[in-house]
Amino acid sequence: MDALITWLSVWGLNDWNPWTFLTIVLMACVTVITRSFFFIADEPWNLPTWAQRGMQYAPIAALSAVIIPEILMTKGIFIHTWADARIYGALAGAAYFFWRRGSAQAVLGTIVAGMSVYIPLHVGLAW
Amino acid sequence: MFFSRTQRRNPAYRQGFMEMLTVAPGIAAWGLMTGVAMAKSGMSTPDVLAMAILVFAGSSQLAAIPLLAAGAPLWVILATAFCVNLRFVVFSAHLRSYLMHLPRRQRVTAGYFVADLTYVLFTKRYPVPGTTEQERADQMAYLAGNATINWLSWTGCSVLGVVLANYIPSAWGLAFAGVLALTGILCSLATSRMRVLSAMMAAVVAIMAYALPLKLNILVAIAAAVVLCSVLESYLASNVREA
Repeated sequence: MDALITWLSVWGLNDWNPWTFLTIVLMACVTVITRSFFFIADEPWNLPTWAQRGMQYAPIAALSAVIIPEILMTKGIFIHTWADARIYGALAGAAYFFWRRGSAQAVLGTIVAGMSVYIPLHVGLAW
Repeated sequence: MFFSRTQRRNPAYRQGFMEMLTVAPGIAAWGLMTGVAMAKSGMSTPDVLAMAILVFAGSSQLAAIPLLAAGAPLWVILATAFCVNLRFVVFSAHLRSYLMHLPRRQRVTAGYFVADLTYVLFTKRYPVPGTTEQERADQMAYLAGNATINWLSWTGCSVLGVVLANYIPSAWGLAFAGVLALTGILCSLATSRMRVLSAMMAAVVAIMAYALPLKLNILVAIAAAVVLCSVLESYLASNVREA
């Protein structure tokens, strides 16, 4: 019995909680519901034309709203120092992209160029 | 059929797969660090693995972890996940006209896999919904190919992050690779003045409204940018007609 408990505890199964598991399964359902929200029902309807046209501005707005605060804010406050590796990493990445735009690997290069500026500043200088 | 063999044989499947592949290292690094964060949250390993494999929504996972640890009621956790995911509700309105030709079960399957980058790359590649049978088949194949590599790199690396949590210090800042992947895509979308304006408006609003709970600043920022650009566009169009 002790051996069994030891074996289970290696995998964390001794403190497995069905409620937590149920919560996680329901969170996956929330993912499905939010991502399919406007096309779950079969009823026919269309977005008004102005909304359909306006949607072309949603993807870039969504990306910008997600990442710009990740680059320019620390713990909910706008950064007030130039000694922040994220600024230079993002600038280096964007510079690489516009230099190589049109190439199939432009985004991959953005990641590599950005990280090669970010990591030395972040790890080396603790910016 | 979504994810069927015919779909995988369509050249657009490969195209979607390859376009996402160049972004995948960023997604992978981000997934890895999310896995590390989940493993260090005090949840049991089976729960962490279940979350890494099933939920497939990084921001709602990170929002739920402290609530689970604090023993928050179920409905609070689900309501939080819903609010943090509200931007996907906006995306689903956009994608509706692309997907309504599928039966419901397939639409919902597709919906589960349409995370941020799949949505962005898909609407970039196909600015208007398909009208012929062939166009629709190509679009769905692209979507499936793109989603496949996104799911594999995100989920695979989350699991890896859970397993290797004690060997990967978050001080390395690997998660920044995810920000850079999105930066690259953001730059690739900046193809017109109006789109640049949309990005700038969204950035300013997202920062100013950052104090809002549940990441609602992102939703407010998208709404502000879309409304500003739509109004400006129709204003400019009416000026051209009068001139």
